[in-house]
Amino acid sequence: MLGIIRQKVGAGGASLLRTRSAVSALRSYSSAGKEMTVRDALNSALDEEMSADPKVFLMGEEVGEYQGAYKISKGLLEKYGPERVLDTPITEAGFTGIGVGAAYHGLRPVVEFMTFNFSMQAIDHIINSAAKSNYMSAGQISVPIVFRGPNGAAAGVGAQHSHCYASWYASCPGLKVLTPYSSEDARGLLKAAIRDPDPVVFLENELLYGESFPVSAEVLDSSFCLPIGKAKIEREGKDVTITAFSKMVGYALKAAEILAKEGISAEVINLRTIRPLDRSTINASVRKTNRLITVEEGFPQHGVGAEICTSVVEESFGYLDAPVERITGADVPMPYAANLERLAVPQVEDIVRAAKRACYRSVPMAAAA
Amino acid sequence: MALCLRTSSRSILYYLKSKICLLSSSSSSLTHQHHQKPTFTAPTAQNLRDPYANFSTKVNLLSTRRFQSTKVEEQWDSLNHAHHNQVLDFPGGKVAFTPEMRFISESPVERVHCYRVLDDNGQLITSSKFKQVSEEIAVKIYSDMVTLQTMDSVFYEAQRQGRISFYATTIGEEAINIASAAALTTDDLVFPQYREPGVLLWRGFSLQEFANQCFGNKDDNGKGRQMPIHYGSNKHNYFTVAATIATQVPHAVGAAYSLKMDRKKACAITYFGDGGTSEGDFHAALNFAAVMEVPVIFFCRNNGWAISTPTSDQFRSDGIVVKGPAYGVRSIRVDGNDTLAIYTAVHAAREIAISENRPILIEALTYRVGHHSTSDDSTKYRPVDEIEWWRSARDPVARFRKWIESNGWWCSEDELELRTSVRKQMLHAIQVAEKADKPPIAELFTDVYNVPPSNLCEQEKFLRETMKRHPRDHMPDVPV
Repeated sequence: MLGIIRQKVGAGGASLLRTRSAVSALRSYSSAGKEMTVRDALNSALDEEMSADPKVFLMGEEVGEYQGAYKISKGLLEKYGPERVLDTPITEAGFTGIGVGAAYHGLRPVVEFMTFNFSMQAIDHIINSAAKSNYMSAGQISVPIVFRGPNGAAAGVGAQHSHCYASWYASCPGLKVLTPYSSEDARGLLKAAIRDPDPVVFLENELLYGESFPVSAEVLDSSFCLPIGKAKIEREGKDVTITAFSKMVGYALKAAEILAKEGISAEVINLRTIRPLDRSTINASVRKTNRLITVEEGFPQHGVGAEICTSVVEESFGYLDAPVERITGADVPMPYAANLERLAVPQVEDIVRAAKRACYRSVPMAAAA
Repeated sequence: MALCLRTSSRSILYYLKSKICLLSSSSSSLTHQHHQKPTFTAPTAQNLRDPYANFSTKVNLLSTRRFQSTKVEEQWDSLNHAHHNQVLDFPGGKVAFTPEMRFISESPVERVHCYRVLDDNGQLITSSKFKQVSEEIAVKIYSDMVTLQTMDSVFYEAQRQGRISFYATTIGEEAINIASAAALTTDDLVFPQYREPGVLLWRGFSLQEFANQCFGNKDDNGKGRQMPIHYGSNKHNYFTVAATIATQVPHAVGAAYSLKMDRKKACAITYFGDGGTSEGDFHAALNFAAVMEVPVIFFCRNNGWAISTPTSDQFRSDGIVVKGPAYGVRSIRVDGNDTLAIYTAVHAAREIAISENRPILIEALTYRVGHHSTSDDSTKYRPVDEIEWWRSARDPVARFRKWIESNGWWCSEDELELRTSVRKQMLHAIQVAEKADKPPIAELFTDVYNVPPSNLCEQEKFLRETMKRHPRDHMPDVPV
């Protein structure tokens, strides 16, 4: 037996790492409980909400027979039938309009966009037929609809498949905009979105679908729900506040680890909701740390970071010890080549450098254009 | 020579014999084939199972005939271009192939016929088939058409006097508005464009309610949120008018899907103009409705103009009715100024839509007598005498009046009484609406979301505090 173990260990670093990770996985199994991928989290949330309310139905391209372009709706067609899981023709404008019409008359559609880039062909219905209807009709027409799908950059998909729409939709009154990060976020926020009587834009991330996160028994319960408009403090700290959403939360947490080794205690806020923005949590954190870095993948101008910066300047200006810095994607349509793509999207090192600047200002800002 | 004659006479005989046989036994199939080529009719249940069942039996008959004479074969080939015993298998089903390359013409030999019941003088066209209306319904239809006409003229004048900011009339389309509404039930959901207030009028929206919306006062059930003519009423199943063109068309399909899932005995109807059919939403909605098999009526008011764009600049097809079959939607063209034709067509469409769960397209040919709106002067882009001819000679209201008068259900005393009474009511409604207060400040912040969000509550608080601090700057006609 010893011989076998020795062989395994001697087989190379890779297998050693594998055995190590297996051990650590076992450790997490025994203490925190289950782990769940974001994909399974979304699938289970859809399944439970469809089971609880017969008015909820799913529509989009490839959601049925194909089990979902990213397999988010796996098994749902088989379980609920073609009346509640609709494979639509290729017309975002068409099926979004139809979904809104169904919501006008009391159904609760979940409209899937293969990516939010394609939602631009339907944006008139999202803004003018969904977001504004309750107001324009003086409360007579409510639109309990959810628009969901992957948003932002994936890997090597080019300019027309990598755009982040968080600030586009978050600028429109009448919409709620959610950006889950972990599986807990995905489950809780999607359930909240489906139950909400207002139109909700639910921005997922393709690269997060396969990532696993620990989930407690409470999260796995079918009545689990997260409040819309409440950010989560993922990691407490006292020297600098880092706000992020979606995939960038993971990067911010990694940056916080690196910063901790250098003696900087960073507080990482997972926004969870972009509209309504949890201004009180952000401001309370900045009043504690006195420094703020905002992180997002999208384009810089008129982005989420700009809004957060303004909110802090309006409410907590006196508490700032350093200018607010925003880390964003580069102000260019996303290039395809891997090296260029890497330069166009924020990396962990960018967040670390910015946090250090906020704390010491020892490294000068990027050279003026 | 003689030999030649004999053979030729024999061949002639055979030719004649064959031709006669063909004509007698297969003449029906000949016509059948001829009509089969441009197949625009919706497939019946039988066809779906095997569209070429009828085809093949006739094929065999014909092929045996062929061997009797080469002349016949030539004749046949010139008439029948498809090789029936050979079909191609493609996704979507079998198609017969043809060795002849023939394009389907972009314009038909004859335009699709238009269904009409009353002639221009309001007399029943002999042999016309229509749905009978009782005296009560007919008189209500006529009264509402007159009310709509009067309401339009009073509101138009009010706009010109500066009392309301904007208005759009429905002149020339009164029959479309009222007759289509009369053929539906109040359970049917209406998704209007913006030239269908008559549908709301028929369902019981009062003149005062119309005036309140146009003046945007506190009694407007739209809370003063929208421009005039953007009516909406949940009570009457009439979805609030939105200015975006043709967006209501896919909405209606979605709502019809909802009705279908509820197994309700009701349909959705949506109205749009000739211009609206150019929008992508129109095409997506028709395609979808056919695929999803939902009970929806698409009602196109082809009134010849989209503001200043005539239909010749809008599309090059034979109107809208031919677009239905392109998406697999059953369609009909009706005379939009003929009250009984519209009533009958919509009534039938509703029954088909609900019982068969299928969409129906109705194209009503009419004319927009008024300007597009009070912001438009249509004499700038179309001849005045054209407008006047349609206003007088083709007035749908006068035409229907002649019919009800000929039935003894109406007379000129009734006419005078109705018109003066409605005009008086309208003027009174305007006076009341004008004097009423505007909506209160609170309504600025409500209905953005289901529950007012904290930032708006905060802003309302600040606004009220500011108003309290500066009472002299507060506008007197804005209630708190």
